Amino acid sequence: MLYIYMLCYDVDFGHMEAISLISAPKYPEKQVGYIVTSSLLNENHDFLRMVINTVRNDIIGRNETFQCLALTRVGNIGGREFAESLAPDVQRLLISSSCRPLVRKKAGLCLLRLYRKNVDVVNIDGWSDRMAQLLDERDLGVLTSVMSLFIALVSNNTEAYWNCLPKCVKILERLARNQDVPQEYTYYGIPSPWLQVKTVRALQYFPTIEDPNTRRSLFEVLQRILMGTDVVKYVNKNNASHAVMHLDPEKEMMSQCVALLGKFISVREPNIRYLGLENMTRMLLVADVQDIIKRHQAQIITSLKDPDISIRRRALDLLYAMCDITNAKDIAEELLQYLSTADFAMREELALKAAILAEKFAPDLSWYVDVNLQLIDKAGDFVSDDIWYRVVQFVTNNEDLQPYAAGKARDYLDKLALHETMVKVSAYILGEYSHLLARRPGCSPKEIFAIINDKLSTVSPPTIAILLSTYAEILMHTQPPDPELQEQVWAIFRKYESYIDVEIQQRAVEYFALSRKGAALVDISAEMPKFPERQSALLKKAEDTEVDSAEQSAIKLGSQQQMSNALVVTDQHPPSASVPVSQPGPVKVPSQNLEGSSPDQGMAKVNGTVDKIDTQPVPSADLLGDLLGPLAIEGPPGTTPSEEQNPISGYEASSNSTDALALSTITEESDSVQPIGNVADRFHALCLKDSGVPYEEDPYIQSHHGRLVLFMGNKNTSPFVSVRALILPPAHLKMELSMVPETIPPRAQVQWPLEVVNLRASRDVAVLDFSYKFGTIAVNIKLRLPAVLNKFLQPISVSAEEFFPQWKSLSGPPLKLQEVVRGVKPMPIPELANLFTNLQLAVTPGLDTNPNNLVASTTFFSDSTKAMLCLIRIETDPSDRTQLRLKELIKEYMISVPTASPVPTPSPAQLQRQPPPVGDPNDPGAMLAGLL
Amino acid sequence: MQIHFVILISKQGKLRLTKWYSQYSAKERSRAIAELSCAILNRGPKLCNFVEWRGNKVVYRRYVSLYFCMCIDHDDNELEILEIIQHFVEILDRYFCGVCELDLIYNFHKAYYILDELVIAGELQESSKRVVTRLMDSLELLVEESKEKANTIRNVIAQVTK
Repeated sequence: MLYIYMLCYDVDFGHMEAISLISAPKYPEKQVGYIVTSSLLNENHDFLRMVINTVRNDIIGRNETFQCLALTRVGNIGGREFAESLAPDVQRLLISSSCRPLVRKKAGLCLLRLYRKNVDVVNIDGWSDRMAQLLDERDLGVLTSVMSLFIALVSNNTEAYWNCLPKCVKILERLARNQDVPQEYTYYGIPSPWLQVKTVRALQYFPTIEDPNTRRSLFEVLQRILMGTDVVKYVNKNNASHAVMHLDPEKEMMSQCVALLGKFISVREPNIRYLGLENMTRMLLVADVQDIIKRHQAQIITSLKDPDISIRRRALDLLYAMCDITNAKDIAEELLQYLSTADFAMREELALKAAILAEKFAPDLSWYVDVNLQLIDKAGDFVSDDIWYRVVQFVTNNEDLQPYAAGKARDYLDKLALHETMVKVSAYILGEYSHLLARRPGCSPKEIFAIINDKLSTVSPPTIAILLSTYAEILMHTQPPDPELQEQVWAIFRKYESYIDVEIQQRAVEYFALSRKGAALVDISAEMPKFPERQSALLKKAEDTEVDSAEQSAIKLGSQQQMSNALVVTDQHPPSASVPVSQPGPVKVPSQNLEGSSPDQGMAKVNGTVDKIDTQPVPSADLLGDLLGPLAIEGPPGTTPSEEQNPISGYEASSNSTDALALSTITEESDSVQPIGNVADRFHALCLKDSGVPYEEDPYIQSHHGRLVLFMGNKNTSPFVSVRALILPPAHLKMELSMVPETIPPRAQVQWPLEVVNLRASRDVAVLDFSYKFGTIAVNIKLRLPAVLNKFLQPISVSAEEFFPQWKSLSGPPLKLQEVVRGVKPMPIPELANLFTNLQLAVTPGLDTNPNNLVASTTFFSDSTKAMLCLIRIETDPSDRTQLRLKELIKEYMISVPTASPVPTPSPAQLQRQPPPVGDPNDPGAMLAGLL
Repeated sequence: MQIHFVILISKQGKLRLTKWYSQYSAKERSRAIAELSCAILNRGPKLCNFVEWRGNKVVYRRYVSLYFCMCIDHDDNELEILEIIQHFVEILDRYFCGVCELDLIYNFHKAYYILDELVIAGELQESSKRVVTRLMDSLELLVEESKEKANTIRNVIAQVTK
């Protein structure tokens, strides 16, 4: 059957038989049974559950061979359930001294597998001592297995295993000196290379060693290994990556490493070349060895032409990584040259990298434009839209650059075969700035038009659309108008008026109509305003890729941080003209109500004389009012109850109203939860300031992806006059209020649509400053608008497979922080879950096995960060503490923030939440946390 | 950190052995095999032994008509894996006394056993050739013994029933 499977046929019969074989008493049958199950079945297969017991019997049984078989099998396909039920037995086998090494090493690896499946199987406290003991093992086979396990343990928790560090060094020493290594473990003259690699790897996870003795011996060993590497190819790699870690004291050693690597990359053997390049890249990420590596630049560039694509890729990566201001010019030019000969598989990456480098390190702007235009010219198909958008943005934002770019574009248009992207850029730039060139020969509007028009017949619809705009602009810039040119352009417009593509048709019609108006056109097609400064899409992409490749290993983490710093720095370079990744300043924390029902209760209290609740939901402006009815029912249930409650009427006296103060919030698909907290805020604000004035105000809020509609209703019989509304947005929000009418007539209602753009995360709240006169009484109110952070969240559910890697890949501040809150009354988990759902966080029950934990995830949208993933995990202890870990995973970089979970003590009177402790005010995560 | 899977393909693209240490569905498995055999078989002899594949690396080595491929993480040590392959082949060689493709076809289960002794959970388990071969021999013996036993029992039964 296995044979059938080997031949690639689907085998879905006979599984049952295989499993029954496992429980057979005889060795051959058992063996066959195990081997079949372990290669045929997937770890989640249902059948496997049935054999857990048999396997367990084998493991705890006396027969060693059976034990081996069972361990091997569990080691290879054991899943979560195995981890739970078998781990203690396996551990016992590993530690027991009575077993043969054979069994123990299997147990070691088996435990590793189980540990990977379920981290909880190994209890940290007890294990560090045991681990230290195990590392004293004499048998190299067992040691190898134990080391694998050790690496896994250490990579998750370095702190706990400090005591094992000297042991590792000792092992390494033993191996390097070739003491006490049996002949059979010597592999081509090197004592157990695998163990060496593993040990060094484990050492990587520790920060630099403090103890001078250990350090000295380690240093010696490494030195020795390094020395031994000239001829032998094997051990080199670990040194390189390891020495990296100890670089601070060992500057000299670093240069030694690099020299060695330099030798590698010039060797004929391709494997070694590959490794040399790769390790150089790696070292660059961590260490400050750029200068030394630069010496090998020429060699690296030749590697770009290697016949092997794997090597070429590495070389490209290395070049990209080693680039800085001093050598950017050379490297970018080299890349461009290479671009014309490179093979297709690599071109896109190459083009992107060249563009990024050009942007990051451009010594001057014209060079940047040059490089990019060349890039577009040469790579054409492989240049993504981002690149050329960026060029255009650049040119628009830098006035000095405009004539130069226009000239360049004009030159490119002279070429016969031109790539379409090039046509787009040129046409765009010329359209905008050709008038700057008008005095040059061959650049009169007519000539430019002729050149561009040549290309018109060959290009695709999107380009045609751009060309049409260009014509319109040329026409506009030609002052005084040239009737002949005008005729030509109009002819084209007319031709495209019936074009099949709607976009083009529309443009043609509009431009035609506009250009007929003559002078009016000037205003319309005035030069493009500067683009808002924003982060380059390219840099963003670069960061993306970096985050993608981010790994858990110690080196990588360090390097990643370094990288992101580097990026922030380069962001500020004038050439890239982009703003640093937005870091909202310190924020004020508005205190907000929290419980779902609390605001309503509060409302009811404040407003004792609620006659009627005007639940008049209005969907967003475009959805129109006919949905009113149904939505009203769907309105937050909390609102209606408040009507009945009416408990205290603290303000009754003052609000002499025949009118009601009513608020309501509307729910709609995507944001089904509501400004709960803010309603209360608003309400307080309203009530406190307006009491005694007969008026009614109905601010209906509709938050719909950044659109608010304010409804102002006057239920009184006389008009409100001199109505004025002013929005005071905090720095992170961009709000645009449409025109506000001077008066609101009696018994009428007006709507003010309000556009909100979330630029970045912040806890500030926008304020609406609203004033009017009623009769002779002037009223001024300040209202908080419910455009708060959680409005820009969209729940997203994350599966366990996605969640945990993401979660784990972030470790330590500022990526992940956590805080423990003590001494507060815990909130029940369901309530927490409710709260989360209300705040637009998708709670994923069951993702965490511990019922006391809560896991939620959401996507945060803002202008600066686009969508980013936020992961939140709350761990509660049944005793009194709640811990909130908040983690955000932003597209470009990851942040996670600890915040104490503010656990409100539900007091009957005031359900005011304790102001959340401010975490790191710079982190969007903290903002979010502030909202919680 | 670990080996994700091991596959052996012949020069003609026929699969000789597969072993998966990470979880892959049947569909992913066959796709991986198809893609890799395509990528690897087309590479020339002078090129390096590493191929990048879906964010992972595949280390392969050719022995006459067989390609041994192992897939590892991007930041793993390629040479280590390359030497594991070499090690594996040497053990096979020692066990079969001059291994060839046919040995692996007819005794594929033995190849599996050896691999199991060598690698568990994607990590190298035993780096001594002697230990592995000795172990294999002892297992062999066990099998033989129980077969003999079975035969004798059968004989007894046969005699009785006569």
